[in-house]
Amino acid sequence: MADLIRKPFGEPVVMRKAYGEALLALGKSRKDVVVLSADVSNSDFSYMFETAFPDRFFNVGIAEPALVDVAVGLAKSGHVAIANTFAFLFATRAVEMVRTHLCYGDTNVKLAGAYAGLSDSFDGPTHHAITDVAILRSLPRMSIVVPSDPLAVAKLLPQVAAWKGPVYFRLCRNEVPQIYTDAYEPVMGKGITLMDGDDATIFATGVLVSRSIQAVEQLAQEGIHARLVEMHTVKPLDGEIVAKCAKETGAVVTVEEHTIIGGLGGAISEYLGEHAPVPIQRVGINDRFAETGPYADLLDKYGMSVETIITAVRNVISRK
Amino acid sequence: MDSPIESAARVYPYGVNHSPEMIADLSRRAYEYRRQVLRMVYNRKTGHIGGAFSAAEYLTALYFHQLRLDPANPGWEDRDRLIFSKGHACAMLYTVLAHRGYFPVEELMTFRGFNSRLQGHPEPQKTPGIEVPAGPLGHGVAIGAGMALAARMAGSRRKIYVVLGDGEINSGVIWEGMMVAAKFQLDNLKVILDYNGVQQTGPTTRVMPTEPIVDKWASFNWHVMEIHGHNMAEVLNALDGADEIHGRPVVIIARTTKGKGVSFMENNSYWHGSPPTDEQFAAADYELKKGVEQWRI
Repeated sequence: MADLIRKPFGEPVVMRKAYGEALLALGKSRKDVVVLSADVSNSDFSYMFETAFPDRFFNVGIAEPALVDVAVGLAKSGHVAIANTFAFLFATRAVEMVRTHLCYGDTNVKLAGAYAGLSDSFDGPTHHAITDVAILRSLPRMSIVVPSDPLAVAKLLPQVAAWKGPVYFRLCRNEVPQIYTDAYEPVMGKGITLMDGDDATIFATGVLVSRSIQAVEQLAQEGIHARLVEMHTVKPLDGEIVAKCAKETGAVVTVEEHTIIGGLGGAISEYLGEHAPVPIQRVGINDRFAETGPYADLLDKYGMSVETIITAVRNVISRK
Repeated sequence: MDSPIESAARVYPYGVNHSPEMIADLSRRAYEYRRQVLRMVYNRKTGHIGGAFSAAEYLTALYFHQLRLDPANPGWEDRDRLIFSKGHACAMLYTVLAHRGYFPVEELMTFRGFNSRLQGHPEPQKTPGIEVPAGPLGHGVAIGAGMALAARMAGSRRKIYVVLGDGEINSGVIWEGMMVAAKFQLDNLKVILDYNGVQQTGPTTRVMPTEPIVDKWASFNWHVMEIHGHNMAEVLNALDGADEIHGRPVVIIARTTKGKGVSFMENNSYWHGSPPTDEQFAAADYELKKGVEQWRI
């Protein structure tokens, strides 16, 4: 189990570049993949696909509703259509298209949500995506996958493409540490126990997995042994591992770069409330908008620091 | 209640020769299909009559002449696609699909009922022959553009038809889709704009004026045709003519009448979504029967 995590973490890699490379590799292996963009391809690095496969790339302009609808037309004609724009736009401006045609219409479109969470940090709250998981998770048939490092992007994107039905692939913009060794083999829909422990379980998703690892290591120094489970798939939720860990450790903390309402923390709270009630605390953004600033500083200031995770673990253990 | 519609309606092969007999037959059937829609909405006490009646002629022309499709194989890859974007008027689409052989005509009376395959608005998973959901307005052009791109990539001659309402074009995504289709020069995409001039709460001239409609579409770099949408000969000729336009998407602006065929329903927004009373049903059916008879030769 421990060999899934690099010690120390690998050199930081830019996540959007990792996505561009993964998309290019997917384009080489699957000729049925088409990529659409709302004119941000040099932001999200889908330009790498465009350069290699110009005949399978469509820039529809700054028109997110049309982006999703044109993707629907291509997907209904047999293509795996991957639509690309900023994460917040899928879950706000284009969400009616997503609900009606991807979800109700059960269409094989994948939404690659770039710059999710606070990762477009300097563009500020208009560009932050902190409610996207909550909004999209509520839609029947939608699946949600959040990779936590560059290797996870490369290993999950082909699974997202192979999944039948709509998927939201939530992507960070920035440089993040390489967490995983080559032994990391994520399977969509299944949580992964990264670190073992019996005192509490941390369920983490996205790039905050690295901070959660740091929290577990620091807690170990004071004799608290927290378990860390990576939930790269927020929906469908792996209820089996959630209930099992809750029962075995008796306390739960959720960690995500998102509002604490309706995301991973919401999903796990709902599940445990019905199946295995234990003390739980949600780490994330506490129902407010953030501000402009350096990414790491924003994560700290808005409730997602290593210290906040550590405190949350201590709290849930004290509530047992 | 008499049911004048034959269950296996004649299909006229694709071609530019439209005989007077063919025009009369399709025109007569458009009125018969209106009678069917009237029965469906009257039976369930819910549904949209006005926009269904304005769609009768062009849907009849499309399904019994223009579209290349196979009801026995609804998923045929090279079929022409029809996106019925003005989904609220689906009672007419269901009626035409049933008579084209997609499902039993008897099933039409389950429209909007509990456990029916014929949902209040189109749902592709339930109803054979439906391509995409519709109801929330505005999606048709952009989805059609995606399908047209896919047809081009596949090297297929299949064509993509989109039926829009005129109230529907209030929606911004319509214009996004128009720009996408023009950018990619999608001449395999044909839009029929049902320009009946009335939307839910009143005339379009008052709710949201759309004129000059020809200039609007032309300025978006579409080829524009304008026809009398209840004149079967004009409808058939326009559908043929649209196939001869190259390098640009085509819009056929079909000037129609909401509630066409029933005097007290015509041009009246009340009949956008209201069911008839017993007396109104009888009076409407009487007028529609006269509409059928005028096309008997």
